[in-house]
Amino acid sequence: MKQNPLSFQLKLKPEDFLPATEEEKQSQIVMRESVSFWKDGMRRLVKNKVAMVSLVVIVLVMIFSFIVPAFYPYNYREQFKGANHLAPMEYSAEEQARIDAGEKVFPHIFGTDKMGRDYAIRVMMGSRISLVVGLIATAIILVIGSIYGSVAAFFGGWVDLVMMRIVDIIYTIPDILLIVLLSFALKEPLYNLKEVPGFGWVGVVGENLISIFIVFALLYWVGMARMVRSQILTLKESEYVTAARALGVSNKKIIRRHLLTNCIGTLIVTTTLQIPSSIFTESFLSFLGMGVAVPLPSLGSLASDALNGINTYPYLLFIPSALISLIILSFNLFGDGLRDAFDPKLKH
Amino acid sequence: MSEYLVDIKNERLSFFTPAGEVKALNDVSISLKEGEVLGIVGESGSGKSVTAYSLMGLTAHPGKLISGSLYFNGHQIEQMSDKEMRKIRGNEVSIIFQDPMTSLNPVYTIGNQIMEAVLLHTDKNKAQAKERAKELLELVGINEPEKRLKQYPHELSGGMRQRVMIAIALACEPKLLIADEPTTALDVTIQAQILELMMELKDKLGMAIIMITHDLGVVASMCERIAVMYAGKIVEYGMTEDIFYEPKHQYTKGLIRSIPRLDTKEHERLVPIEGTPVDMLNPPKGCPFAPRCDACMKICLREMPPVTNFGEVHYTQCWLNQKEEFENASCEKGAANE
Amino acid sequence: MLKYVAKRILLAIVTIWAVATLTFFLMNMVPGGPFLSEKAISPQATAALEAKYGLDKPLIQRYFTYMTDALHGDFGDSLKQRGRTVMSIIKMKFPVSARVGGISVLVALCLGIPLGCMAALKRGKFLDSLISVISTCGIAVPSFVICTLLLYVLGVNLRLLPTMGLTSWKHYIMPVIALSFYPTAYIMRLMRSSMLDVLGQDYMRTAKAKGVAGFWILFKHAMRNAILPVVTYVGPMLAYTVTGSFVVEKIFVIPGLGGEFIGAIGGRDYTLIMGTTIFLATLIIIMNVVVDLVYKLVDPRIKLK
Repeated sequence: MKQNPLSFQLKLKPEDFLPATEEEKQSQIVMRESVSFWKDGMRRLVKNKVAMVSLVVIVLVMIFSFIVPAFYPYNYREQFKGANHLAPMEYSAEEQARIDAGEKVFPHIFGTDKMGRDYAIRVMMGSRISLVVGLIATAIILVIGSIYGSVAAFFGGWVDLVMMRIVDIIYTIPDILLIVLLSFALKEPLYNLKEVPGFGWVGVVGENLISIFIVFALLYWVGMARMVRSQILTLKESEYVTAARALGVSNKKIIRRHLLTNCIGTLIVTTTLQIPSSIFTESFLSFLGMGVAVPLPSLGSLASDALNGINTYPYLLFIPSALISLIILSFNLFGDGLRDAFDPKLKH
Repeated sequence: MSEYLVDIKNERLSFFTPAGEVKALNDVSISLKEGEVLGIVGESGSGKSVTAYSLMGLTAHPGKLISGSLYFNGHQIEQMSDKEMRKIRGNEVSIIFQDPMTSLNPVYTIGNQIMEAVLLHTDKNKAQAKERAKELLELVGINEPEKRLKQYPHELSGGMRQRVMIAIALACEPKLLIADEPTTALDVTIQAQILELMMELKDKLGMAIIMITHDLGVVASMCERIAVMYAGKIVEYGMTEDIFYEPKHQYTKGLIRSIPRLDTKEHERLVPIEGTPVDMLNPPKGCPFAPRCDACMKICLREMPPVTNFGEVHYTQCWLNQKEEFENASCEKGAANE
Repeated sequence: MLKYVAKRILLAIVTIWAVATLTFFLMNMVPGGPFLSEKAISPQATAALEAKYGLDKPLIQRYFTYMTDALHGDFGDSLKQRGRTVMSIIKMKFPVSARVGGISVLVALCLGIPLGCMAALKRGKFLDSLISVISTCGIAVPSFVICTLLLYVLGVNLRLLPTMGLTSWKHYIMPVIALSFYPTAYIMRLMRSSMLDVLGQDYMRTAKAKGVAGFWILFKHAMRNAILPVVTYVGPMLAYTVTGSFVVEKIFVIPGLGGEFIGAIGGRDYTLIMGTTIFLATLIIIMNVVVDLVYKLVDPRIKLK
């Protein structure tokens, strides 16, 4: 550290040693822009390429299943004579004749099924059903689960004990048993309900679909309830909430400022990850033949129906299988992206 | 052979984070003789821990040594392989961390964790290692060592765990002990006990200590040498008397002013250092302390201050000290011209 | 410890009782009955059958009869498979499912744990991305898709493996792949995130500062802490997997408990439904206790309550 300070020649002038003004000092302080929790999270989310690609895929699938069918020339229950088991882009004899006559015929992009129905529109309807089930079931699960979980956490004591015991019991019963029994049990009342004036919509939505919603609502909220409960319990114990209370912050403000911001991130993430799980279960049920009723297709039932013809018409199986995997995958990846962006505990 | 046990010269170290390069250490030089105690003082993020960790080859993931030479006890640390480093770590140089609550592995017994260090670096067999572990526990003032060996970290108090950490660090009688804020996480009464213990052990074993802390009070009583760090630089370095009685850097002066003292008059208030530390991602061009300095000059905002020496050891990096020299020089020049 | 065991046993009995009761009443609420679908049988014959199995008695009475019998270890005869007791059916079918399921869980553990660790260690590198992609796909693809894909490629197209039954070791390959796919992916994810968590802990730094070699740091100091979430997951998962997956058993034509259970529900084989449900519930509860004990063994901080 022996260095003659003036040996490295800096041109120093006496005025350099004059005191600096306050403004000059301030101009040196480069403050990093302080951002809110949500802004910061959004920025990270947008930066996450995988999550963004997944979001695009989800939007595309939604367009494919909700908007495209309206403009599609075929109907999902319409059967074409002599058009059974057409390969993708193939035309039936009758259609070929019409084309030869100069008429324009819309191609069967994915071919047709064994009943001669256009497979592309069936796949679209199938993904519509899967998405609807996924979204609505998740919404129901979210509402029931978070109410149940927060009630248990807030009251604590024996209320908590009893409520969580019930959750344990539901956890222990094999879900397949409950699903099957419930959907059988619900069939008749729903069928009768359809006839009651004012409940005609039940028939429009489909009794099976509604019974699936109810089954999901009754079964799968347990995971959500456990999550919400533990989240709230941790928050209740956390020192910053105690600190806020000690500072005299009102309960309302504590809930808004601390509980909600800390909980909502996790809640959004869990909900997003619940959607693919609901779709997953619905497809599994449909595969077992306990899902939506014919002729309404779902991706699971399409795959299940195609299983018998696997040797000769494998594409009938692969198209819905690939689509359902894609939907679940993109929801999962998007959910992961949300978690990376919004879970404050993962912030490094 | 160097006359020093530790001799770090012009160390530069950066963390390459996704947001950009963080220059954590900027031309840091430190030296320490055998059996001496060096205090490194500074606020969080000033680079004191990074300096110590780099000496042990423990630089965390995106960090990289850019340049400089790190000499320790006959080794050139920057040239050593990980395997060679492992032989030194825990053997010739040991470290005590800040938080004894989390620094011990919760799933193994105290005995297991002390014996591990002994077994790694000596030829002792298990029974001998156990004897040694018992000795070490006695050395750090833990009663009933036999019983403690079988206990898990969560069964001990914070002070007790820090003593265990010290026992692990001393397992192979290191030449150098790095203490990274060893008392920050402890109660005040325990703090004093731990510091006292460390000094006692230093005298008994003759090791050198690097004491990292933000508490000037701790270093005053323990250290021979003090390095004051700010924003990855050593802004002032000297013997303890130099730093306390003749502080040259405005930051050091600020630190000393902000120590509570018994003889402070009632109407006098403690003087805090205003402002916040620099953003290490976008460090200012000039002296990093300039925006918080109450004697800031125009040059401070523009240029990095050069080193000013005061005697053998004591030096600082501050334009204020250059000012006098500059004025003297220009006076001389003026005198010569006349 | 004794208090803990007593408490757990009591709790288990209460839970099993609750599950059995719930199942019993729900099952009977559902329209249909075991003998309705058999069209060839005359109403008189149906009535005679129902009388034989006591189905003509009031529900409450049947409930108490069943519960008393079950307490004595008698789960009754199957209503649909004449001349077979529920116990003998479970005894016959469970080993089949357990063998396939057990192998699958083993495969999942042997692949998932090391791969998850490797991903955590190579964080951000190519290997990590590769493992992440595989595990995300593994979680996203439903089991029936995997089964059918395997069946089509390996069984039908390439004719490498037999497609049905369980007569040779070759028969096990496809069902085991299908069954272990999801758990492998899940364990990989769990292991990766908990390993990353552990690697950032202070005690890992302590171990490094002691001079512990890389492999030992991982094996001794990180593994034992990082394995805990996997233990929690594997317990119940094991119970579910060894009792058989309906989809896998249906597609690969395996005579296991999973298929039997779905068949029983569809055919309203009341006694078989009850027997299998109680069996599964017991297994899950036992697994949960095992998980707690393993937890205690791995992490000394845990206190059994």
